[in-house]
Amino acid sequence: MPCVSPDGKPTPSGMATLEAVKGGASTPKEISDVTGQPLFRVRSGLRELVGAGFLEMSEDKYLLTSEGKNVL
Amino acid sequence: MEETYTPKLPLIGEKAPEFEAPTTQGTLKLSDYKGSWLILFSHPADFTPVCTTEFMAFAEIYPELQERNTELLGLSVDSTSSHIAWVRNVEEKMGVKITFPIIADLNKEVSSLFGMIHPAQSKTETVRTVFIIDPEGILRTILYYPLTTGRNMQEILRIIDALQTTDEYNVATPANWEKGDPVVVPPPHTTEAAEARVKEGYDCKDWYLCFKKL
Repeated sequence: MPCVSPDGKPTPSGMATLEAVKGGASTPKEISDVTGQPLFRVRSGLRELVGAGFLEMSEDKYLLTSEGKNVL
Repeated sequence: MEETYTPKLPLIGEKAPEFEAPTTQGTLKLSDYKGSWLILFSHPADFTPVCTTEFMAFAEIYPELQERNTELLGLSVDSTSSHIAWVRNVEEKMGVKITFPIIADLNKEVSSLFGMIHPAQSKTETVRTVFIIDPEGILRTILYYPLTTGRNMQEILRIIDALQTTDEYNVATPANWEKGDPVVVPPPHTTEAAEARVKEGYDCKDWYLCFKKL
């Protein structure tokens, strides 16, 4: 499911992904394991969340941005 | 003379072409499926009878496919809204929930990449294609069905089992093979190996046709 709604806010799937990253999951596989979402959907969602400014990538790991922290 | 552009279509053994497309579950890329087997399949149109029976049948085998690390991705030249309405209708009227994504290929970008439109059948609809793509993104099987013939799900499951068995054990699978049946040992390539083969303990009909149980 899309992780960012047309109004730019995280959807429930997006929030679950952000919560997983907050909890320490930082790779698509780890996030998939925590959220139970299939890997293909996690990868797609991560792209959206990065594009919307909620996550950033550092050395192949996903981290919350300040905007991402603010919505949690 | 009018020139027509014929794109090079992907063939078995080649890397499947990357794409990014809108689906009922957000924008997906082929590379999002890296590490999983993928069945990319096209259907002619939403709200049509044969396609509806196929989608229910795909939904039925989806758990078995997932047990085999295999995902499903549908496609037709319809909008996301049409897909959503059809999927909701199938659930409401037929009691079958479609949980895999469907590409909305209105601009025919993905269907053109994969040769899913056969103009002699229809210039606007995709024929029934099945592309089986392995975890490394290599195209391993291509099936084409005409508009009027629904696909056989057991054959699709059988192909997945056969490909995964081949990869795991370096063997081939004979005609009408089903999981658990004896497999074919790859034939030897030298006369010396051929002589040795019949003494290797396999069930050999001759040096080039040997079976073994896994």
